Amino acid sequence: MAPLPVSGANPLRDPADRRLPRIAGPSGLVIFGVTGDLSRKKLMPAVYDLANRGLLPPGFSLVGFARREWANEDFAQEVHDAVKEHARTPFREEVWQQLIQGMRFVQGTFDDDDAFERLRETIEELDKAQGTGGNFAFYLSVPPSAFPVVIQQLKKHGLADQTGGSWRRAVIEKPFGHDLESAQQLNAIVHEVFAPDQVFRIDHYLGKETVQNILALRFANQMFEPIWNRSYVDHVQITMAEDIGIGGRAGYYDGIGAARDVIQNHLLQLMALTAMEEPASFDADALAAEKTKVLGAVRLPKDLGRDTVRGQYAAGWQGGEKVIGYLEEDGIDANSKTDTYAAIRLGVDNRRWAGVPFYLRTGKRLGRRVTEIAVVFQRAPHSPFDTTATEELGQNAVVIRVQPDEGVTVRFGSKVPGTSMEIRDVSMDFAYGESFTESSPEAYERLILDVLLGDSNLFPRTEEVELSWEILDPIEEYWEKNGRPAQYPAGTWGPVEADQMLERDGRSWRRP
Amino acid sequence: MKIDLTDTTASKINKALVQGRRAIGTPAVGMVLTLVIVTDEENAYDALKAANDASHEHPSRTLVVIRRVSRSPRDRTQSRLDAEVRVGADAGTGETVVLRLYGEVSDHAQSVVLPLLLPDAPVVVWWPVGAPRDPAKDPLGALGQRRVTDSYSAEKPIDELRARAESYEPGDTDLAWARITPWRSVLAAALDQVRCEVISAEVTGEEFNPSVELLAMWLADRLHVHVRRGVSSGPGLTEVRLETTGGPIALNRPDGAMATLALRGQPDRAVALKRRETAELIAEELRRLDPDDTYASALRFGVDRLGGAASGVPRVPVSASAEVSASGGASASTEVSALRPALPPAPPSPSAPPAPSASGDGDGDGGSRPSPAQMPAVKKAAP
Repeated sequence: MAPLPVSGANPLRDPADRRLPRIAGPSGLVIFGVTGDLSRKKLMPAVYDLANRGLLPPGFSLVGFARREWANEDFAQEVHDAVKEHARTPFREEVWQQLIQGMRFVQGTFDDDDAFERLRETIEELDKAQGTGGNFAFYLSVPPSAFPVVIQQLKKHGLADQTGGSWRRAVIEKPFGHDLESAQQLNAIVHEVFAPDQVFRIDHYLGKETVQNILALRFANQMFEPIWNRSYVDHVQITMAEDIGIGGRAGYYDGIGAARDVIQNHLLQLMALTAMEEPASFDADALAAEKTKVLGAVRLPKDLGRDTVRGQYAAGWQGGEKVIGYLEEDGIDANSKTDTYAAIRLGVDNRRWAGVPFYLRTGKRLGRRVTEIAVVFQRAPHSPFDTTATEELGQNAVVIRVQPDEGVTVRFGSKVPGTSMEIRDVSMDFAYGESFTESSPEAYERLILDVLLGDSNLFPRTEEVELSWEILDPIEEYWEKNGRPAQYPAGTWGPVEADQMLERDGRSWRRP
Repeated sequence: MKIDLTDTTASKINKALVQGRRAIGTPAVGMVLTLVIVTDEENAYDALKAANDASHEHPSRTLVVIRRVSRSPRDRTQSRLDAEVRVGADAGTGETVVLRLYGEVSDHAQSVVLPLLLPDAPVVVWWPVGAPRDPAKDPLGALGQRRVTDSYSAEKPIDELRARAESYEPGDTDLAWARITPWRSVLAAALDQVRCEVISAEVTGEEFNPSVELLAMWLADRLHVHVRRGVSSGPGLTEVRLETTGGPIALNRPDGAMATLALRGQPDRAVALKRRETAELIAEELRRLDPDDTYASALRFGVDRLGGAASGVPRVPVSASAEVSASGGASASTEVSALRPALPPAPPSPSAPPAPSASGDGDGDGGSRPSPAQMPAVKKAAP
């Protein structure tokens, strides 16, 4: 088929025509590990939602690869059930009919050469029947240990070869290694087969509307950026709390822990977006350049024992339910030192942020499920009101609520009506669900579409991943050698040591 | 919750809104725009239902302006304003006020609406039926930066399109245009895939469906080629066919739901192209509030060029393309020609397009369609 024309050559495309969505070109998606939870709950519904919104190309194909003995029809049925249960948009028969024509299933294990041969035949058949044009993205929803095998198999069977203007892309999920060295190994394995710009690392946080809104909030407005620096900001708190325990993920979680699982990717990405300078443009290179710069400027605390805390949840009551502690969970060694809570203090060595601490914390079995970024401002340098009037006045804050209940809160002082002069904190709230849509797209929808379009804005790059490990590795090493995780009762906001860590700095954690 | 007010004023309505909000315990408002629906009693229910559905995507204050017809001259001199204020679960996500205007006040609806607009938020005026000839100059239309009409609801859609083109002001838009967004995006995506020149095009659809004309005009405006408008029994649009140097591209939707995209040398592909509900169209309309220049350009291309070749462009040899079709008959297959000499000649030059074998269809009596010479000069879209 003819190669794609250079952009702008299509007379029906007009930048001023803002109704026309960007539809991905002819393409298909191959999901490895298609029977997994992520695939059923997120990927398949996201594909359907994209199709329903008219953003997938005609002839889009979905290929499942797994060990299960399924025929194409069984696979289609599985997708059908997943879509009915989890899709965001209503089920429509004609959209389903469009999708089902391109659905295939390939049965096999990752070391099975025949299966990959069949996969290649399937792809070739789809090129003919559905006109996918040889463009395929391989979504590796598989355990990290299976990465190298699958990647090598793709190479061996010529599935990663881009010919005649078509593309082949790899989509990989976290964890991107468990330390710098393993991350570099993993990158080497992947890049040996796929060019760096064809590798998409999914950090689903970056697909969330609220996270993209950080950039809009900061750089499209005039009222935030002038005070977004050390002259006005006292400190920044970035929190990602979960109310659930490790559930059935003992095998994956033990030995990894909260810091590697969450801080290394999600929280450091959020921190980079909060702290970075204004990118020259909103394209992938400019964004990555700024994020890399700020991650490179991150400075670890001098005394890791003083400014980092890790914990493990102990038995307790979580939201009215009695739950067991981490060490009592199935499949966890009773002597495990794995952290289910981690809090660290980081600095950023540049003119904008020198001296402003960034507190990052994450944990399981905390008070409630919430992710937020709180930029806490300094107190007014002088107050004309006497101290009793401002006794209850806290520090001003801009809080970006990432999930749930996405939105932005601004906290400031206001006079209590009826008193002579008493000032108290009030919140001004912007809720996404209120001002825009109650049905904003799921993160995976956006990210899958971006993969098909080849738009890498919202995907962390190799350098970012490696820089993040460089930040976390010394902390993990220190923890490895010194002490044990502090215990905290499930359903609370973490160990007292974490509270003490901020108290020493004269600050306290927000209750999110 | 619902508050009924009879013989009331705008300030009393405002009070009722505040009272209603307090009563349901959500004094903060996160509404992003005011939607003014101007309609008659008959269409109010459906329009409001669509607006409430759309409010899930765009929380808004919806003002429904219903002008009641007075039966006697005596009634006409008496004015009365009745209002129904709905907040909370009764009003989607937002607030709704249904205003019924009797007698003289119905000529001064803007005086009722103006005090009820949300402060500092955009205003969209929507006429589900019976849009004024010049929406921007209408007293209610002047309040909005976005004016939504629906030429599909007009009795004579072609006249309606003509009027819209004449009175176009930035901010005008048409639901008949929103209806073809999915078609346009699939066609644009289809052209993304091939490297070839479009030689001519044909758009086929129901007879009194202005979306067909709009799509034809858009194609003619963007591609600078002859576009024929064919008639089928529907539903809605049924086919678009682009003749290109690389073979035909056809998008065919016989059943109003599932379309097939056919490109030469590639397998046929299924595309879901369901006809959409009004709520979805309104939600699309509210998504972007800036002027729709593409619509303006397509509209200004001129529905009258359906009658023959490039009016007011004498240098173009008018040949078979000037073939005029029978007036709206079943055999109508009219033609849009976009041979504008001001344009750079697109290679390969369409100067000698294969004369469509129009001999079979158009009877050539040219009765009701103006011949090129008779046609008014078409305003050219601003570049």
